[in-house]
Amino acid sequence: MKIIVAIKQVPERDARIRIDSGNKWIDLEDVEFSMNESDAYALEEALQLKEAHGGEVIVVSAGPERAGKTIREALAKGADRAIHLQSSDETELAAYDALGVARLLAASIQDEKADLVLTGLQSDDLGLGQTGVILAELLGLPHASLILKIEVAGNGLKVLRELEDGWFQHIELATPAVLTIQSGNTKLRYATLMGIKKAKTKEVRVIAVADLVASDPSLKPTAPSVVLDQVKLPHKQRSTQLLGGSPAEAAAALVEKLQFEVRVI
Amino acid sequence: MGFKFQNVDFLKFDTLLNEDERLVRDTARAFVEDNLVPIIEDCFREGRFPRELVPQMGELGFFGANLHGYGCAGMSNVEYGLVMQELERGDSGFRSFVSVQSALVMYPIYTFGSEEQKQKWLPDLASGRKLGCFGLTEPGFGSNPGGMTTRARKVGDEYILNGEKMWITSGNIADVAIIWAKVVDDPEPGKETVRGFLVETDRPGFRADEVHGKWSLRASVTSGLSLQDVHIPASNLLPGSGGLKSPLMCLNQARYGISWGAIGAAMSCYDTALQYAKTRKQFRNEPIASHQLIQEKLVWMISEISKAQLLSLHAGRLKDAGTLTHEIISLAKRNNVWMALECARMARQVLGANGITEDYPIMRHMMNLESVITYEGTHDIHALIIGGHITGSPAF
Repeated sequence: MKIIVAIKQVPERDARIRIDSGNKWIDLEDVEFSMNESDAYALEEALQLKEAHGGEVIVVSAGPERAGKTIREALAKGADRAIHLQSSDETELAAYDALGVARLLAASIQDEKADLVLTGLQSDDLGLGQTGVILAELLGLPHASLILKIEVAGNGLKVLRELEDGWFQHIELATPAVLTIQSGNTKLRYATLMGIKKAKTKEVRVIAVADLVASDPSLKPTAPSVVLDQVKLPHKQRSTQLLGGSPAEAAAALVEKLQFEVRVI
Repeated sequence: MGFKFQNVDFLKFDTLLNEDERLVRDTARAFVEDNLVPIIEDCFREGRFPRELVPQMGELGFFGANLHGYGCAGMSNVEYGLVMQELERGDSGFRSFVSVQSALVMYPIYTFGSEEQKQKWLPDLASGRKLGCFGLTEPGFGSNPGGMTTRARKVGDEYILNGEKMWITSGNIADVAIIWAKVVDDPEPGKETVRGFLVETDRPGFRADEVHGKWSLRASVTSGLSLQDVHIPASNLLPGSGGLKSPLMCLNQARYGISWGAIGAAMSCYDTALQYAKTRKQFRNEPIASHQLIQEKLVWMISEISKAQLLSLHAGRLKDAGTLTHEIISLAKRNNVWMALECARMARQVLGANGITEDYPIMRHMMNLESVITYEGTHDIHALIIGGHITGSPAF
């Protein structure tokens, strides 16, 4: 099975971020980057499928030169080769919305004729949750989102899909297909030291975004349908509420608040 | 408990590392964070070595990481050092176990062993299927290993070993011991040369007794070894070993790793103190991080950690270039372990009474580092190694 995994390099989850002077994005100076979490699960699913059924895992990532480290990490974990859709700087890709990025990704992988395309369900930075789904449409392939588990069944796949409120759905679909993967259903592997060494010898095909656009003018950034207007840090607030009544009443009120106000249970 | 570790990098040190070095460090860091940090306080309290982590460490390539072939990862010395740093950020005892397996067991087999010995032992030691220990120190001979009383006598196709070894990390869990002994009448009558021997620990006459009552390195096993008429085939001699220089070469490997490891312990203490100081409020309801004397302590720590990072990185680059000398290793080991112990003591003070509990890693690091500043050449012995080198006058 030939599997393509689209991965994105995003600011690390624990990174202490500052808003940049234009209030449009975060200041990238001194920020650590890592593989988008759900993309890491997509890669893990792909590697497990390859281990069970054989085949090839190819990672594709759109991003500036720094994304090379995340690509290398994917290769070190066991991907066979990579396509780096490289932007010339931090801003080139910002001119595209999710549709535009999906177009670029589709253009860079369509010749591979993969049996399966996996990606995370959304990115940890923008969180649009669109790129994978649009990619399926552009490639003319069926897709399923929020996937927790993939099994090969006959000529197609059987997948477990997460619904809301503890419900799950089992879906069978034919390949080729695109799946967007939910985090957390499996344990991510570490890059072994041997894997890191071996990654140096694996192929990374670098395609400059500008070259891709030059070869196909329809890939030029058009007026984006979604525009990022402003980025701001959540307002810090602290307040104390005393819940009155009997212990039982206070507990019931607390449960209600935890359930419906802060939604943590 | 404690705080989740945040990378300690004042100098933009990470920009001095290449992509692979950072990936190696990230793997070791994630492994320690996910697997060791959650259990280490229990292990330390119970005096238990977390052996359950050994197979995974073998798979990741942590054992003999800077050796090439025979199932080893073939890392550079800087990459190996970064692994040591992360392991010791978890715990010095845990790092000690890996140092022994790598630098004191696999390295001598790799360097002084026959091809057959390498084939037999290295792949199993690299995977963690077999564990090893290193017997040089004796009850009466610590800083002066040349005075060792352990003897090997050649009789026919065998050597017969007799002696006692002390303070042996992993002694009770080892499948093989690298025993350093003086060979009687070698090469001529009356002359004795230190040689290394592979001694399988299930041979009759070999005994390991665990050292109990340690207040340090409680998450690793420390033993005394006794060898009474232990017969081993002559083929168990490490053929390339000869003279005290051989075990000292092993110690240089280990000491280099320790210089990195100590940075990890110091980072853990500093990071804990920094995060604590930002949250702990005292006087005027202000975080103690805003107090001048607390800032002075934090600044001392980050300054020393930053200098130590550069020192170990420099040593690592020299080692990769083949130009590292043992005096530089002595300087790095001595300086970095000393500064780590000072960091532990200062960090403990920043945390006040909370610093003495196992809720934070600081006291554990401090107790561990009391061993680290003593083993593999004491702080003072390293001073004399450097002193002898710069003055030309050996003091011991």
